[in-house]
Amino acid sequence: MNLDLILGILQIVLIATTPLVFAGIGELVTEKSGVLNLGVEGMMLVGAVSAFIILVITGSYFLAFFVSILSGIIMSGLFAFLVLFLMSNQIATGLALTIFGIGLSSMLGKQYIGTPIDGLSPWFFVIFSFLIVFLVSYFFYKTKAGLILRAVGESHNSAHALGYSVIKIRFLSILFGGSMCALAGSYISICYAPMWQEGMTAGRGWIALALVVFATWKPERVLIGAYIFGGVTILQMNLQALGLRFPGQFFSMAPYVATIIVLVLISSNKLRIKLSAPASLTIPFYKGR
Amino acid sequence: MNSLFPSIVSRSQSSGLMNFFVPIISIVLTLITGSIIFVLLGFDPVYALYTFFISPISSTYGISELFVKATPLALIAIGLSYCFKNNIYNIGAEGQLTMGAIFGGGIGILFHDTNAFWLLPLMIFAGAIGGAFWGLIPAILKTKFNTNEILTSLMLVYVALFILDYLVVGPWKDPFGYSFPKSRPFSESGRMPLLFDGLRVHFGLIIALFLIFVSWFVFAKTIFGFQLKVSGYSPKAARYAGFNQTTLVFFAFAICGAFAGIAGLAEVSGPIGLLYRDISPNYGFTAIIVAFLGRLHPIGIIFASLVIALTYLGAEDAQLFLQIPSAVGFIFQGLVLFYLLGAELLINYKLSYKKLL
Repeated sequence: MNLDLILGILQIVLIATTPLVFAGIGELVTEKSGVLNLGVEGMMLVGAVSAFIILVITGSYFLAFFVSILSGIIMSGLFAFLVLFLMSNQIATGLALTIFGIGLSSMLGKQYIGTPIDGLSPWFFVIFSFLIVFLVSYFFYKTKAGLILRAVGESHNSAHALGYSVIKIRFLSILFGGSMCALAGSYISICYAPMWQEGMTAGRGWIALALVVFATWKPERVLIGAYIFGGVTILQMNLQALGLRFPGQFFSMAPYVATIIVLVLISSNKLRIKLSAPASLTIPFYKGR
Repeated sequence: MNSLFPSIVSRSQSSGLMNFFVPIISIVLTLITGSIIFVLLGFDPVYALYTFFISPISSTYGISELFVKATPLALIAIGLSYCFKNNIYNIGAEGQLTMGAIFGGGIGILFHDTNAFWLLPLMIFAGAIGGAFWGLIPAILKTKFNTNEILTSLMLVYVALFILDYLVVGPWKDPFGYSFPKSRPFSESGRMPLLFDGLRVHFGLIIALFLIFVSWFVFAKTIFGFQLKVSGYSPKAARYAGFNQTTLVFFAFAICGAFAGIAGLAEVSGPIGLLYRDISPNYGFTAIIVAFLGRLHPIGIIFASLVIALTYLGAEDAQLFLQIPSAVGFIFQGLVLFYLLGAELLINYKLSYKKLL
């Protein structure tokens, strides 16, 4: 093995893992406030397609990312309205968001399949993904606002009794999650691919959800988990390219099997999962009288 | 003093009337939103809605197709209601469907040159076993290792799809299939009998109706159904009453998996007749919407499966006649679930214009 090859693989791993970091850290913030949003995949797809369309129409990368993040805010805002104000079931609402997002993105993007664009260099986003993880970590553990957000996720009744607006804090956390997912999607369609293809996020949204559990809801561990997943995926591709005689389907299913194994390992210690998971996760907040 | 905006007040008892009206409200709201979308796309909304919802079922063939699509949806949804009633979030029915198709279809491929009365029953049985097997994996992980079933059941969907893909391009590939990724066709006795000549609606519909009836009986008349409901409403009460949650989780997953597996087998031995990659247009995921829209009630699920089946047919017609991508079907499915979940508020809460103290 020469150094160039190793550096080359390292570059590919960095580029391929970045969207997982964005989506994972976004979902982590949402879950820390006590809300589980299963709509990650749908928000990523809508983010990806809206960035792509805006780029094709205007040619402006800034506008593309801006509109994409806006789309993430609108999509997650819809989710937030349902689960926070109408107290709907978070799991079902998240699924609805994903189904809706798959439909909306394929419909909007139909005429843009195969349209060529000039991809953007991914390195700014790769660096930004590291930065955002450390910013979130700093926010959670070093600032008062972060402490309040975590308190809302642990016990919304206590936080409410202390005079914090549970709904407002959760709303903002959901919007942050949505914008990060949209950013992950637009990174895929503009930097990583760069193209638009129906369902092009290819299950990364679900992997991001698994990452949050893998990380036991700690920001830096999202980074570690994402790079393990990303690394394994790229390694498989390379082994396959080197001509290892083994059906490709078993490589393709490996990340999902690995996710299950990791989830089992993490959650088999009941005490640890109980101490790490936000205690109010998926429980709606109702002020009552 | 009355306030201008309503406040949300908890009901002491959930409203049965609203339980009935909420699905209807959500369907009406979806139609209104749908016509707005059609107007935005530049279509005459009346013509577009007609193309989407009426013209697909304006022929005998169309109605038969509606039942063809509704059969797997209803079957999976009634299976899911065993899980959802107990607050078990099995969202991997698509994987259980695929595994049922693999197990049952495997028997069909093994006996591809056999014509015997026992072949189809054996395939159905194998399909149920395959689905139950795939459903029991998250059940075991949940009960033994405390692993969240949402993610594990979902990850297993992808694993099952890749296994199917491996089989139809690898060991089970049709030797006379010109290297297309598909299996040999099943023998005539390995196919679901058609109910009417010239129409695709098949015996799977009868199986689905039978299992829905059985499930109605289980939910309404048996202790097991009662235990499922109680532990869904209040896990604490269930534990106090001594219900074994582990057993309930196992049974709910196994039954749901078996039903999804039968649905998968009914698809491959019904309209398709062999195994290939895309055996299901997301029936396993869409059935989650059917289960919620049908309020987890057998009769409700029958009606909901017909409504959602119509979105599939309508999307196909919309693509054909209006050149709208068929993905618009997913938009309708997402919308109906959004409205349903939002309107569910009215079941357990009421709006009050009286000012809160």
